[in-house]
Amino acid sequence: MTELGWAGVLVAVAGGAVRVSTPYLFVSLGETLTEKSGRVNLGLEGTLVLGAMSAYGVAHLSGSPWLGVLVAGVAGAGFGLGHGAVCGLARVNDVAMGIALFLLGTGLAFYLGKPFIEPVAPRLPHLAFGAWSASPQVRAALDVSPLFVAGAVLAPVLRWALGNTKWGLVVRTVGDNSDAAKALGWPVSLVRTLATVAGGFLAGVGGSFLSLQYPGTWNEALSSGQGLMAIALVIFARWDPMACFYASLLFGGATALGPALQSVGVTTNYYLYGAAPYVLTLGLLVYSSSTRHTLVGAPSELTISR
Amino acid sequence: MTERPRLTRRQLLATAGGAVAAGVFSDLVSGQDAGAAVKPITAGFIYVGPRNDYGWNQAHAVAAKKIARLEGVKIVEQENVPETVEVEKVMEGMIQQDGARAVFATSFGYWPHVLKIARKYPDVLFPHIGALWKEGDPKNTIGYRGYMEEPHYLCGVAAGHMTKTGKIGFLGSKPLYFIFNNCNGFILGARSVNPKVTCQVVITGDWNNPVREAEVTGSLIDQGVDVIVANVDSAKVVVENSERRGIYTCGYHTDLSELAPRGFLTGAEWNWAAGGRFVQAWQTGGQYPNLLRGGFRQDMVAISPFGRAVPEDVRAKILKIRQGFADDSVKLYRGPLKDNEGNVVLKDGQVIANDDNKFKLAVNFLVEGAIGKTGLKK
Repeated sequence: MTELGWAGVLVAVAGGAVRVSTPYLFVSLGETLTEKSGRVNLGLEGTLVLGAMSAYGVAHLSGSPWLGVLVAGVAGAGFGLGHGAVCGLARVNDVAMGIALFLLGTGLAFYLGKPFIEPVAPRLPHLAFGAWSASPQVRAALDVSPLFVAGAVLAPVLRWALGNTKWGLVVRTVGDNSDAAKALGWPVSLVRTLATVAGGFLAGVGGSFLSLQYPGTWNEALSSGQGLMAIALVIFARWDPMACFYASLLFGGATALGPALQSVGVTTNYYLYGAAPYVLTLGLLVYSSSTRHTLVGAPSELTISR
Repeated sequence: MTERPRLTRRQLLATAGGAVAAGVFSDLVSGQDAGAAVKPITAGFIYVGPRNDYGWNQAHAVAAKKIARLEGVKIVEQENVPETVEVEKVMEGMIQQDGARAVFATSFGYWPHVLKIARKYPDVLFPHIGALWKEGDPKNTIGYRGYMEEPHYLCGVAAGHMTKTGKIGFLGSKPLYFIFNNCNGFILGARSVNPKVTCQVVITGDWNNPVREAEVTGSLIDQGVDVIVANVDSAKVVVENSERRGIYTCGYHTDLSELAPRGFLTGAEWNWAAGGRFVQAWQTGGQYPNLLRGGFRQDMVAISPFGRAVPEDVRAKILKIRQGFADDSVKLYRGPLKDNEGNVVLKDGQVIANDDNKFKLAVNFLVEGAIGKTGLKK
């Protein structure tokens, strides 16, 4: 194997952007859809962890990783349905409910996932986009997950659908002005519930990436807050699915920077590199914020913007 | 390796005569001989995480199983106990409800809680894994810990033989003395075989961070590293990802050989079952040490079964060095020794005893051949 040296850092960051971004992408797309309908689901961290656990467990028991992905999505959708149904009741605070579901999801996943920490589950296959290259490093960086490809396709489709289709209009209207939606005879609560279910499904699938693709294992520290960060990314991305995609890539690349630098011998200040994604996000938030047009794209029915 | 020739306690005594540790053990054994019929005892084991984590907790759970096989010993276990007041409740529960007369506290941060509860229950023995006991602490508490740098040295010997690129990797969790000792052991072992070997040292800063560990593994492999050992809570992610990329790995904490059937070489394991001696001494009213650190010589560490990639002659060589640690003829730190900044650590002829705790606890350097920094102030 030839050495890449400093070029290896670039390869690692680019590869890391693709490898690490997928769970952020799925959770943030799901949350974008949910929030566009006027509801916040802070429980997606719990959904992500539950998805990771159920995908790993099902893949281990059935031998089929794709069945695991599906079950993770269904489990996430179930959590979304619970959130949607409870929040549809009068005077229920969706932030509080979301936190409850966050704790329930992680707790349930830890409890049910105990027997799956030790066994090894089959992993999802990679798409070998790097087969043309003679360099094993480039080949490794271009081993792309089919889930990443699915997410990369979903982002523009979701953006187009929200902006250009009837149901996109329904979701946005419900999220921006529920009185107007009611006047038009649209079922506000049902739309929000369906958007939350779909968001939960995506977050569950994002979890299956963690356990079945990368890093490809199940343990209780697997997510370490990635679901929460993804929810923050939605605000950072101004509720725009394509911006979610770029933000996820940025976050993934920043996560890979520290390990890549350390492995070429830049080993001081590794805590700083560990904080790089967060510092970067903060910096960009400050840079992109403005006193004149605060929270462009924020659905005005959201608890946080009301 | 299927057979695992271990020294029995008696053989150990025969070879390790004259040393302080042997004095301790002979006391222990005499206590054992005195008791003809063994009193039944219940021993509790408290883990900070799940006991099948392919890591730290599993190493303790394996030991618990071994201790349960001792005569008259019954065990109770509890997982996922945080290092808070919670552990005090669990300890009291085990003592009062299960009648436990020995409680193994298997996480570092349990220590202050152990001290509190131990004063309340002087008839219960509390072995703790940190070797933090000092004069004035309750006599019914024990601090013990293995010299993991010794099995790391053996892993390094395997790595030095197997590496094709001459580059090996060490992934550490926290910048602590024992992590650096393990790292130095790994490098010294590898360079004893091939003095040209270099070792990339990466500290992640977290005990457990699967995504970062996978990223570090990938980056190290991209840099040409072809043997990795990971000192994190559970090396499962690192070992599995290394296996997928087709490089060699060494295990840590417990036996990880089945995670990497192609690339596994061997691994550095604790032998926490050594704590069974404390239980037996407590059962029979014999003596036990309050503070014990030991390596192969005290039977407190072990190596994993060899992976099939390791050739016979290398296995034989490693087992011979292990015997050297056991009979104290091999020393880990010996002069001439430089750190990786070129400073002389030990002059020619200067030798550090394997149980020189003062030296080992103060290790804040990486030996020559390491690429990386400890990040510690000297």
